[in-house]
Amino acid sequence: MRWIVKRALVAVLTIYIVITITFFLIRLMPGSFIEQMIYYYMNTYGYSREEAEMEVYALYNVMPREPVWKQYIEYMLGLLRGDWGKCYSTGAPVLSSLLYFLPWTVFLLSISMTISFVIGIGLGILMAYKRGSKLDSIASTFASISQATPNFILGLLLLYLFAYYYPIFPKRGSYSVMVTPGFTLEFIGSVLYHSFLPMMAYVITSIGGWMLGMRGSAIRVLGEDYVMAAEARGLKSGRIARTYVGRNAILPLFTSFAISLGYMFGGSVFIETYFAYTGIGSTIGLALSWRDYPLIQGGFLLITSAVVFSVFIADILYGVLDPRIRVGGAYA
Amino acid sequence: MLKPTAQRPMALSKLIDALHYHIYEPLVLLSSDKRALAGLIILVVYILMAIIGPMLIPLDLTPHPEKRYLPPSWEHPLGTDFAGRDIFAQIVHGGKDVLPVAFLAGFVTVLIGTAVGIISGYIGGKLDTVITTFIDVFLTIPGFPLLLIVAVWLARSGIVINIFIIALLLSITSWAGLARSIRAQVLSLKEEAFIEAAKCLGLSKRHIVFSEIMPNLMSYIAINFMLSSVGAVYSYTGLLALGLIPYTPGNWGAMIHMAQAYVGTVTGAGCWYILAPSLTIVILQIGLVFLANGIDKIFNPRLRER
Repeated sequence: MRWIVKRALVAVLTIYIVITITFFLIRLMPGSFIEQMIYYYMNTYGYSREEAEMEVYALYNVMPREPVWKQYIEYMLGLLRGDWGKCYSTGAPVLSSLLYFLPWTVFLLSISMTISFVIGIGLGILMAYKRGSKLDSIASTFASISQATPNFILGLLLLYLFAYYYPIFPKRGSYSVMVTPGFTLEFIGSVLYHSFLPMMAYVITSIGGWMLGMRGSAIRVLGEDYVMAAEARGLKSGRIARTYVGRNAILPLFTSFAISLGYMFGGSVFIETYFAYTGIGSTIGLALSWRDYPLIQGGFLLITSAVVFSVFIADILYGVLDPRIRVGGAYA
Repeated sequence: MLKPTAQRPMALSKLIDALHYHIYEPLVLLSSDKRALAGLIILVVYILMAIIGPMLIPLDLTPHPEKRYLPPSWEHPLGTDFAGRDIFAQIVHGGKDVLPVAFLAGFVTVLIGTAVGIISGYIGGKLDTVITTFIDVFLTIPGFPLLLIVAVWLARSGIVINIFIIALLLSITSWAGLARSIRAQVLSLKEEAFIEAAKCLGLSKRHIVFSEIMPNLMSYIAINFMLSSVGAVYSYTGLLALGLIPYTPGNWGAMIHMAQAYVGTVTGAGCWYILAPSLTIVILQIGLVFLANGIDKIFNPRLRER
């Protein structure tokens, strides 16, 4: 129990630190958007400094004259109330703009991550069993290349190759403009068709890490006494691979899987931008090019909260799955 | 410190011994693994390219509109870009921009990670609790998004962005994982008999940390240096590809950014402009990963193929 409380405290502390970092980095930026707007009103409409500030306050709910600590506290309280500020560029509330695009990203990433994890784990066990063989050597080379390739480069190459050079897949968008969104076969087909290349970019670049991680972990488990005991008892090798090796070998990968599930809510700025996919990633990408700070800040906060939350859940589950952890020791 | 003249041959033979032990033997070990050897060769070629290349191949950035988007030829081995400039020359000159940042970031990451890990693991107690909490916090903060924000801030803050600042920036987001694993290693090393022995002999803490514990972590540190460099290349070229930090001409990430920004790239005419920097980055990354995995295999017998 003490252990769970400790993890929870770390989680809260992490989110607090992230909010503070982004607040001070972004709000105190010289020549920030707010400063620009104030100068804009002063120059264009001939307002005095105070009038311009009032105008900006009315529009963007940011009081530049307030002392920093007061802005800070107000921002914190606003976050707790679910008021994440307004986008500079569109004037829409940050939280609802983010939540609007969230389902697309979650859809894209949950599928690609599951595919990547399941296949990667399977291949990893296979490689561990056949270590030293031709298959292991080829698979290891592939895994290293997969690990080494940045996803944004692969995305770009896939886009170039399969959407422009051989126009098999659509170039941009999350679904065809010809179909109306709805729960129809046509729409779902269009969505899947459009998400194929971005998914491939995620799967191919992330699968290598799972393969190599699982290979190492499974080789370690294969050397354990209980596996040898199971073999000596004459259990079927399929059963040993699944229940004895597989289950125990997955444990160390659990935390990284949880972290990547958390990243599911962030998407990739690159891939979504390149494929013009309407998700969180491309929203943050646009926010970056527009210098829309509240939106950048909100996006970052959303990703961090998701990662923190999933790591917290993973830690607790890990404790349930592997009782050795709860006692403390190296992990605590 | 020069030894007396009569003893100099002795010093020389010691040097040869040291070269044999520290350079030759690891190389022989390494070359037993084909992938690791390939990685090493790739790395050496890139380093040579970054050091010697700019002296041999001049970088001419004057636009030649009549020569835009030419396919590869003897004159332009990798074709030309949107302004008719040689892509190969830009790639070569980009190396001296990307590689130092990558290795510097790898070095700083390893330095911070190792120092924090050893302090936390060896000293223990209250300090350890504080440091591990800190590590946990940094491990969960998403690295790349944080980088995006800091980069946006840096670009506005008026701070001059040089490779040292970028390297420091890249390592802020990546030291925590290494610190955690170094700490775990130190914790298990601390229980080993040879550390007990060193303590009983009354050897100083400095001796134990630097001469007993550190050598056991060396392979681990080397692997992480390379993997951190891989991460740094990803983040650095990524930030440039998004156009978030100012760049020097020829930087590979910046080339990707330009390639995307100019129409004609993705339609096929300028495909070399996008392929060249992409493959340059990918091959460097593959080399580093191969080398890191090879070192891992050499020093971690359990992963070795039978």
